[in-house]
Amino acid sequence: MMEKHISTQEPALIVNNVVKRFNVASEPWWRRLVGVQKSVNGHGTPASAQPKARRGKEVVTAVDHVSFTVYRREIFGVLGPNGSGKSTLIRLLSTLLLPDEGTITVFGLDVERDEMAVKRLINRVSVEAAFFKKLSPKENLLYGARLYGVSGREADRKAREILGRLGLRESSYTSPMEDMSRGMQQKVAIARAFLTQPVLLLLDEPTTGLDPRSKLEVQAFVNELRDTHDATILITTHDMSEADALCDRIAILDDGKIVALDTPAGLKRLVQHNGHEPTLEDVFMALTGKELVEKDDVTDFEPEKVLS
Amino acid sequence: MIKGLQLEMRQSYAFVARNFNLVKRYWGWEVVWLAYSIANSLSVTFIGAGAAEITGETQIDTNFLITYLLIGTLVWRFLASIFNNISEMIAWERWEGTIEYTFMAPVRRFNQMIGQTIFAIVYSLVFTVLIGVVVAAFFDLSFADADFVAATVILLVGSLSFVGIGVVASILPLLYPERGAQMTNIVQAFFLLVSGIYYPVSVLPGWLQTLAKISPATYVLEGMRAALLPATATADPLSYVWPLLIMGVVMLPLGIYLFQRAERYTKRTGKLKRNG
Ligand SMILES: Nc1ncnc2c1ncn2[C@@H]1O[C@H](COP(=O)(O)OP(=O)(O)O)[C@@H](O)[C@H]1O
Ligand SMILES: [Mg+2]
Repeated sequence: MMEKHISTQEPALIVNNVVKRFNVASEPWWRRLVGVQKSVNGHGTPASAQPKARRGKEVVTAVDHVSFTVYRREIFGVLGPNGSGKSTLIRLLSTLLLPDEGTITVFGLDVERDEMAVKRLINRVSVEAAFFKKLSPKENLLYGARLYGVSGREADRKAREILGRLGLRESSYTSPMEDMSRGMQQKVAIARAFLTQPVLLLLDEPTTGLDPRSKLEVQAFVNELRDTHDATILITTHDMSEADALCDRIAILDDGKIVALDTPAGLKRLVQHNGHEPTLEDVFMALTGKELVEKDDVTDFEPEKVLS
Repeated sequence: MIKGLQLEMRQSYAFVARNFNLVKRYWGWEVVWLAYSIANSLSVTFIGAGAAEITGETQIDTNFLITYLLIGTLVWRFLASIFNNISEMIAWERWEGTIEYTFMAPVRRFNQMIGQTIFAIVYSLVFTVLIGVVVAAFFDLSFADADFVAATVILLVGSLSFVGIGVVASILPLLYPERGAQMTNIVQAFFLLVSGIYYPVSVLPGWLQTLAKISPATYVLEGMRAALLPATATADPLSYVWPLLIMGVVMLPLGIYLFQRAERYTKRTGKLKRNG
């Protein structure tokens, strides 16, 4: 294994005033003439507040002056609707994007200056499983693990162990990934991240689109990871109950900005009791004036939601 | 030190093993591509076989012409295969959706390229030998006085610059997610035209001859022909090794440097990937 140059005193992650902007193609002139103009991220950020974009381009501020600290062995949640900047934040932390402003340090190491060292400490699980479709879990996992210096034999042994624990059949381990359900693929994705023993694990909506059972299995595994492996976990989600069940602290992200940051209980104290115990949904509504899950975002069929 | 080296070798090996697994899993494509390549190479060599009949000239040394074309088509198959292997790696990973995971890993681009290069050379050699064996079986060729050692050296040294060019070309799909992959085909077509694969460079118009001088493939082909067809050689085959070595030594680090610049650019602008 690679040695890890981390100091135990440092917080696991410090995000300091980070900004990330993107240039995106603006609406064509003819459509603007017709007057169906709307801002790119759907929530009108005043144009004057934004830096000037190139011609034919518009600037989207995906992450807007975000600061927070995550402590060692914490499960830290980032809660926000689609397009609020969760994935952009995760990509900034995993060196896949460079911040325009601000700094990010992982165990005291700067993501830009000490890129290689940071890369060794982290791994990420994204919404889409991102595998070579025709390769088997074994082939995919050995590739991933070797990139981090884990030997093929060691990776194979650990992968069998983790996947067995997550309920993957032996025969699936050596047949193409494309034949598996999404739930199973997501478990392999978690195994891939886990094989490299990250001290900071970044989970970007790891349970979105999973059936309720797989969802619970993944959540249980996340808890187990923290308890048995001294890992710090940052998880993004737009699932309230997931955030409530898993996270020690939660940051609510809206339009790239953090609008609240507290423990689940602390967040609930922010809103009025109207007889019943407030849910995180109520907290989100009260803080942003929006519903967290828009109708067309709902990926799981939840009859009680549809009926109410 | 030893541990560090072992780690880096393991990382390079990750790419070799992965690529062989992909070949194994996509074997159907490989068979189709091999069949296509054999048919293509055969049809070129049959031009040589038909030359006397086409022109009405009975004096033409048909076997020489066939060998001349066969060397051209095989060397081109080999170099194009090296180039494709390297230049397609980004487009391929974009298509699979794995690119962020490869870029996120603590791997230096240099070690990644070493792995890709080892795979590309082994794969292309096997592929080219298969084509060569099948095509040569159709004709009665003799390689009297041929210097196979010199030919191998020239081919391997020449492949280094093609790795470098491939790395540069792979930047295109990095910067232009939609059209980048097609653009690399243009790069390949350029080398096919100017490098004297099926004809002497001297038949080209002057301005194309100038471009031929900067194509490493030109030196590989002239060197290979000098080694395998010594009767008409105008120079010692090994004299082509030097220009190739220099081009390789320049192109490889240049390719990796430009690639890293492009990678930084994609991380600043968010061109790597945006959904999820
Ligand atoms: N690579 C990119 N290029 C351009 N715009 C992007 C890119 N990535 C994200 N965005 C934009 O930034 C905003 C935040 O997106 P994202 O971080 O994916 O949100 P979330 O993960 O919370 O759904 C969106 O408006 C999205 O369109
Ligand atoms: Mg997202």
